[in-house]
Amino acid sequence: MVPSSLRISKLSKRFGDFVALAPTSLDVGKGEFLTLLGPSGSGKTTLLSLIAGLARPDEGRILIDDADVTHSPAYERDIGVVFQNYALFPHMSVEDNIAFPLKMRKMSDAEARKRTMEALETVRLPHVAKRYPRELSGGQQQRIALARCIVYRPAIILMDEPLGALDKKLRDQMQLEIKRIHRELRTTIVYVTHDQEEAMTMSDRICLMNSGTIEQLGTPEDLYFRPRSVFVADFLGESNLLSATVRDVDADGLDIVLTHQQAGSRAVGNGARFAAGEPIKVMVRPQNLHVESATTGAGGLTGRLVDVMISGSLTRLYIAPETAGLPQLVAAYPTRSSLVPHEIGQLVSVGWNPSDAVAIGDSGGH
Amino acid sequence: MGGPLALLLVCFLVYPVGQLLLLSVQNDSGFTLAQYRQLFASSVYVDVLLITLKISLVTTLVCVVTGYPIAYLISIVGKDRKARLLFFVLLSFWTSFLVRAFAWVVLLGRNGVINKLLFSLGIVSTPASLLYNFGSVLVGMVNALLPLAVLTMLSVMENIDRNLPRAAATLGAGPGMAFWKIYFPLSLPGVAAAGIMVFVTAIGFFIVPALLGGRRETMITQLIIDQIQQTMNWGFAGAISVLLLLVVLVVFAAYDRLLGLSTMTGAATARKAVPSRLSGPIQKAGDTVLTLLGSLFDGIIDLLPSRKRDRNPDQPGLGLQVFVWAMLLVISLPTLLMIPLSFGSGGLNWPPQGFTLHWYETVLASPVWTQALLRSLMVGIGTGLLAMLVGTPAAFLLVRSEIPGKAAWLAFILSPIVVPRMIIAVGLFYVFARIGLVGSAFGLILGHTVVAVPYVVMTMMAVLRNYDTRLDLAAQSLGARPFATLRHITFPILGAGMMSSFLFAFATSFDELTIALFATGGLNATLPKQFWDEVTLQVSPVIAAVSTCLFVFMGLLIFVAEHLRRRAAAR
Repeated sequence: MVPSSLRISKLSKRFGDFVALAPTSLDVGKGEFLTLLGPSGSGKTTLLSLIAGLARPDEGRILIDDADVTHSPAYERDIGVVFQNYALFPHMSVEDNIAFPLKMRKMSDAEARKRTMEALETVRLPHVAKRYPRELSGGQQQRIALARCIVYRPAIILMDEPLGALDKKLRDQMQLEIKRIHRELRTTIVYVTHDQEEAMTMSDRICLMNSGTIEQLGTPEDLYFRPRSVFVADFLGESNLLSATVRDVDADGLDIVLTHQQAGSRAVGNGARFAAGEPIKVMVRPQNLHVESATTGAGGLTGRLVDVMISGSLTRLYIAPETAGLPQLVAAYPTRSSLVPHEIGQLVSVGWNPSDAVAIGDSGGH
Repeated sequence: MGGPLALLLVCFLVYPVGQLLLLSVQNDSGFTLAQYRQLFASSVYVDVLLITLKISLVTTLVCVVTGYPIAYLISIVGKDRKARLLFFVLLSFWTSFLVRAFAWVVLLGRNGVINKLLFSLGIVSTPASLLYNFGSVLVGMVNALLPLAVLTMLSVMENIDRNLPRAAATLGAGPGMAFWKIYFPLSLPGVAAAGIMVFVTAIGFFIVPALLGGRRETMITQLIIDQIQQTMNWGFAGAISVLLLLVVLVVFAAYDRLLGLSTMTGAATARKAVPSRLSGPIQKAGDTVLTLLGSLFDGIIDLLPSRKRDRNPDQPGLGLQVFVWAMLLVISLPTLLMIPLSFGSGGLNWPPQGFTLHWYETVLASPVWTQALLRSLMVGIGTGLLAMLVGTPAAFLLVRSEIPGKAAWLAFILSPIVVPRMIIAVGLFYVFARIGLVGSAFGLILGHTVVAVPYVVMTMMAVLRNYDTRLDLAAQSLGARPFATLRHITFPILGAGMMSSFLFAFATSFDELTIALFATGGLNATLPKQFWDEVTLQVSPVIAAVSTCLFVFMGLLIFVAEHLRRRAAAR
């Protein structure tokens, strides 16, 4: 086990009656890239501010490199924060901005200048040293904000939706850039975003938050393929969710009965315990749905094609099942130039491999 | 943090004004209404009140109607042209009321520019008497208050989304409809705010009617001055003050009922204000009128040759530009004409003859003028410092923290603008006389701070609202302790804003006459007071020289303030 760089135990924060963060514990390993993901109001930014020391917790403890910093002010914690709007000091040139934390640490001018230039090299912007923040593009400002953090090598870098203000192309580019810098420096990064794709691309682990609590903590694969709740399944990518009941649990998976067709089927578990007779949801990702033309009276699950959407590399098919009470289904497959013509309104049959069906506890949602 | 400011306002605004009002209902034996009986005994005072109201109303109307196109043009043109137009408005705004009124006295005189022009054009054969009538007072008043009207309306117009009229155009509205049905209603809060600001300022005016008006244009504040300076009749002065205050309060109450006072302080609420407060029938009637105006204008535009119609709707029309430049010329020219006159050896007759520095030498050689200049500088700097010292913490409090009754606090802090200056001045004179502060620079600084501090609080609040507190957080996260954060981040960024609000307070004091009128005299007079004493005695070229100096000084000051403001905005 990697030694932890950040340890949070039973940390909580209320604003009046509103529970911004229910007692939460979390360990972040040295050099790990952990993403706090969640919808707005889920507590991810609150957690970040508490770690940064920009807000005071009601209860709980925060340890950075095993030192208790729960009650230390921000300037005494060994952290760096990249703010959502970058918070570059408008009255200072780029190099003064980057040298600021070094000055605050009473570093000699020569050493500070050397380190500043190194940081600028790292973010590949050595030529903008003399400019002012307002003369830079959004992406450049973003990189300078990052340089200002890495220059003093804090134990942890916290990033609060750092790419939120950038357009899609630039965002993709910056994601790679941040990954590269993380790889090169092996700094611990705690990253906040509400963009699930961004979280999937960048993180070693994702901490998915909802209403002030951790919904699930794990690798992107864990969360995507073995979601512990309907919320997780819904939040990360698209999913088809069908009601079912557990008939039996064995070592390889579960015997289930799909509610809509009263037929037996199989599903794999998500790591949680299931009991026979328990109502569950079965999740099938769109790319695992097989869609074929069908004729009336065909067995299995059938439906009418409602819509076909091509979004770049993926083509999505939206299907309205003929069985009443079932939600609209979505299937996806790689877009090809020789697109099989799908006619809207056409009858199709839908199926999947039992190994692609994941059982999720149907606790009625959080 | 608001403590010092509250203390200042209670001691030198609430208490003096309260004393004055009390004096109006007291005599040696106790409560009396004798003063008020005297006030209404003859029609003299009621007539003065009516004249005051008439002059103020007409002034307001003219200022708003002519100021609207100016503000509109400034709000739609590009950056460079905007700066140019705004410079003239600001120059006029900052030029002393005294200087501007005096300039009109010279301009409209028997041998002034206007008469010479009329004569050479053959319109008159003997010099017409253009001074000391309703017209000359109106010209002076409009010149004095037009910049205020323009700046107030501009603050609202700048926040109107330029895309809205364009959106209206795509929805099928002609330029006329787009303007009258979309732009105009959105700009109304600015018009209303400008109207009330001009009206309450006009109602407390005495410089213009005293210099440019005749006996029949006497305004109510002049009566107060007479009561104090000639008969020391505090009680009666108090009674007139009550009357003046009542009128102002009635105006504000009416404004609040119709539009809500909140529209005055922030343009942000401008959108809601008009539809929600105006009652149904009035609104409907207004809507009908605007629709009519819109279709009327579009009808006229349709009649124009199509080439003219096709011009870019965002380009201001030639007519508008000519009108605006003409108005700016009218408000700036009089003071500019003082410059050649101040170097002329032939008195103040137009055209100036010869070239001499004699008048400037006279000013510099006279201890009265140099003393006055020094004193004004000292009082101005003192006022600026004191106003910043008490105003900045209050602004921090109002912007950064959640205190109960914020609106009430703001209203209290802004009250020195609302209460007519003359009432504050007389009240302060009474209080200062009892504690021996009359004639002292310190007393004057206190008085000036009372009237300057609302501007400091307002500008500092705007500055603080624009300040991104995340910069402080960022500094802390980078290792800066609170003091280092203030020193390296907060103050350097707020610096320009603080400097410009200091300059605002300084300029307010430097140009202040009303309080100085009573609280100073002789060798301890301030520059405006000295100017006033001279100009009421005689109209001499020496005054033109002083005017020119003041004008140049103020021009420099705006330049510096504007430079600072722009540097702050560029960030």
